[in-house]
Amino acid sequence: MAALNEEQVMLRDMAREWADNESPIAAFRKLRDAGGGKGYDPEAWSAIGGMGWAGIVIPEEFGGSAFGYLSLGLVLEQLGRNLAATPLASTAVAASAIAMGSSDKARSEWLPRLASGEATATLAIDEGPGHDMKIAATVSGGKLSGTKKFVAEGDGADVFVVAAADGLYLVPKGEGVTVASRRMADSRSHAEVTFSDAPAEKLGDKALTQAVADRAAAVTAAEMLGMAESAFGQTLDYLKQRVQFGQVLSTFQALQHRMAKMLTELELMRSAVEGALEAIDAGRSDVDQAVSLAKAVANDTLRLVSREMVQLHGGVGMTDEFDAGLFLKRAAVLEAMWGNASYHRDRFGRLNGY
Amino acid sequence: MATAADLDRPADSLDDFRKEARAWLEANFDPALKGHDNAMSAVDGPTAETPAQKKWREAMGDKGWGVPTWPTEYGGGGLSRAEARVLQEEMARIGAWNPIGGMGVMMFGPTLLEYGSEEQKQAHIPGIVRGEVRWCQGYSEPGAGSDLASLQTFAEDKGDHYLVNGQKTWTSGGQWADKCFALVRTDKSQKHAGISFLLIDMESEGVETRPIRLISGASPFCETFFTNVKVPKGNLVGREGQGWEIGTRLLQHERNSLSGGSGSAARMNAGNTVPEIAKKYRGTDAEGRLADADLRTRIIRHEMDQRAFALTLRRAALEAKGNAGPSAATSVMKNVGARITQDRAELNVEIMGMQGLGWEGEGFSREELEQTRTWLWGKAVSIYGGSSEIQNNVIAKRILGMLDHQ
Ligand SMILES: Cc1cc2nc3c(=O)[nH]c(=O)nc-3n(C[C@H](O)[C@H](O)[C@H](O)COP(=O)(O)OP(=O)(O)OC[C@H]3O[C@@H](n4cnc5c(N)ncnc54)[C@H](O)[C@@H]3O)c2cc1C
Repeated sequence: MAALNEEQVMLRDMAREWADNESPIAAFRKLRDAGGGKGYDPEAWSAIGGMGWAGIVIPEEFGGSAFGYLSLGLVLEQLGRNLAATPLASTAVAASAIAMGSSDKARSEWLPRLASGEATATLAIDEGPGHDMKIAATVSGGKLSGTKKFVAEGDGADVFVVAAADGLYLVPKGEGVTVASRRMADSRSHAEVTFSDAPAEKLGDKALTQAVADRAAAVTAAEMLGMAESAFGQTLDYLKQRVQFGQVLSTFQALQHRMAKMLTELELMRSAVEGALEAIDAGRSDVDQAVSLAKAVANDTLRLVSREMVQLHGGVGMTDEFDAGLFLKRAAVLEAMWGNASYHRDRFGRLNGY
Repeated sequence: MATAADLDRPADSLDDFRKEARAWLEANFDPALKGHDNAMSAVDGPTAETPAQKKWREAMGDKGWGVPTWPTEYGGGGLSRAEARVLQEEMARIGAWNPIGGMGVMMFGPTLLEYGSEEQKQAHIPGIVRGEVRWCQGYSEPGAGSDLASLQTFAEDKGDHYLVNGQKTWTSGGQWADKCFALVRTDKSQKHAGISFLLIDMESEGVETRPIRLISGASPFCETFFTNVKVPKGNLVGREGQGWEIGTRLLQHERNSLSGGSGSAARMNAGNTVPEIAKKYRGTDAEGRLADADLRTRIIRHEMDQRAFALTLRRAALEAKGNAGPSAATSVMKNVGARITQDRAELNVEIMGMQGLGWEGEGFSREELEQTRTWLWGKAVSIYGGSSEIQNNVIAKRILGMLDHQ
């Protein structure tokens, strides 16, 4: 566990309590079964806005708290534990792109509204089914054109932070923007967003695009950490109570060692994820490496734990009624988002000169 | 070294058979049906049959070639294993698929042929051969999964019939099945020796099924409740108390067919291998190699795994010459088969990225949507038919002679 200050401990405990009581997995299930819409519960989102979480990485002068990425990660981890469907990650990272960017106009126009949760934002960077930073979208005369695939929380977003070949832009929903929903296995909001001559405000160059993608990967890893922790916890609880052959399953050594291995991997995952968030907060020069390490380890570990969750629950794990499938499906989507393990391993190698 | 074709017949007579099979298939298999097999029908439930599909099923049913090695007196094909393999090759050559399948073919038929009475074989085998009767497996109960012998469903002796009460669960296809082969308790005082193998008509009064939805979205399996269900004594297979022996024999057949010996894995992969999918979705470098080195290595490992497995299945078939049924080594095969099936699906999902995780609607091809469901459904292959952990226990104890700790 990172060394948290008093405020961070309070924030974490509060987020945990809120997620457990106000946004349990059952709430996500209800949302899923209802289908359609923006992909989140507006009431839950306004509660999140009220608690100030949307402003955690927004400077105080624009209504945020500037608590930083480790704090944002703590909150997302707690939400991840309960598979809470909220646009917090996308809104926060998009807001931080605006904050880091060069447009005063964008800052004063959008940041206060994003900090309060009144508006939501998202990143529109990838143009294919994977994350590879190959970007074709173009801007000419202040108008952006291009198609972005699998934009998370794209259905409800009020404003998009969009990557073009020469850098990052801000494009509000409206003129020149078409949003088409994509129904995916995790039952969350993903949209294909087409920009045709959409009015765009420049935020920064390609370096900013990469910095923002790294932040997105880091907070995704934080959500994954929470998911892995709770998938592991639920599996452990089940093994301690399910009886076969006259014994609880947890007495079988073959299963004990698998749980022990998962716990070990989880420890490494936590350090890698918190390490990336801290590197961002400290403004260190090796954020890129820290993020690739975190996302690669997070991908591998959540994959292990979510697959084992199904397997170790046996037939129950295969039923929709039980939560293992929800973890499995969300895990696979998050794995593919912002770089899968092979992308980040390769990048890590290149950054280190091998 | 012997090759598979030498198994039980000299080569020239196989050539004759090949000609016969080719001619018959050409006369009976409508090429328009090529690729129209629904690989997921076993999982998602029966799909409506077109007239051409029905005709094909009936032709294969009449000929007995859906179950090529079963005896002709009950409608089977009566072919040697070598001939059956030739038939399979000839079918693959023209893209023909076997319209006869399901649990009746994979598990129940072979078991009844071995343990059933003459009347029982006459009564039940022809319906399976012709693909007209669907069977389901009534083994698992809420408290009896891996520990199957702790099952509680009770069949009380009422003279000319049994009165069955209890609950089964995870009954695949229960809502569509005509009949159920079930393990029931006829004696409460003994764990294994108190179990009997009983055939239950799903239409009987007191049988109720309740579908359970799977993580892949389909609802192919059920909770099945038996309340005062009358089952004629003639539906007992073997002796009272012999159920454990018969039931585990059936499980060997199940494992054997799940190990990949059956055609489904090959069919799903036809013209659609992992490297081909990767080239299509991820592209190649200047030398035509898969661009992503890490992925490339893992795909190569998977392909080699699959080849080694195919060679092992083939070797096992040769070594089993003269020894009819499946052996304890089926546990090894089932685990490898499960691993390979799951690795393949994981790789495909990874290769396709977000495009391989679609659920429904716009933006995904039919293959992509099927891939998502196949991936999720595939998580069950290491659970059903005896989980991988249980197979490992069988390997450790039965093959290696390793003991439980005291
Ligand atoms: C898709 C699907 C279809 C099915 N179809 C049918 C069907 O048609 N008919 C039918 O009767 N049943 C069916 N089953 C049930 C299946 O056979 C059982 O799910 C399986 O035997 C496991 O039992 P369980 O679910 O009770 O898990 P449990 O026995 O509770 O096992 C939970 C976990 O503990 C592990 N475990 C258990 N015992 C040990 C041990 N001694 N050592 C180490 N690990 C252990 C298991 O491997 C598993 O990982 C189906 C299951 C699935 C998922």
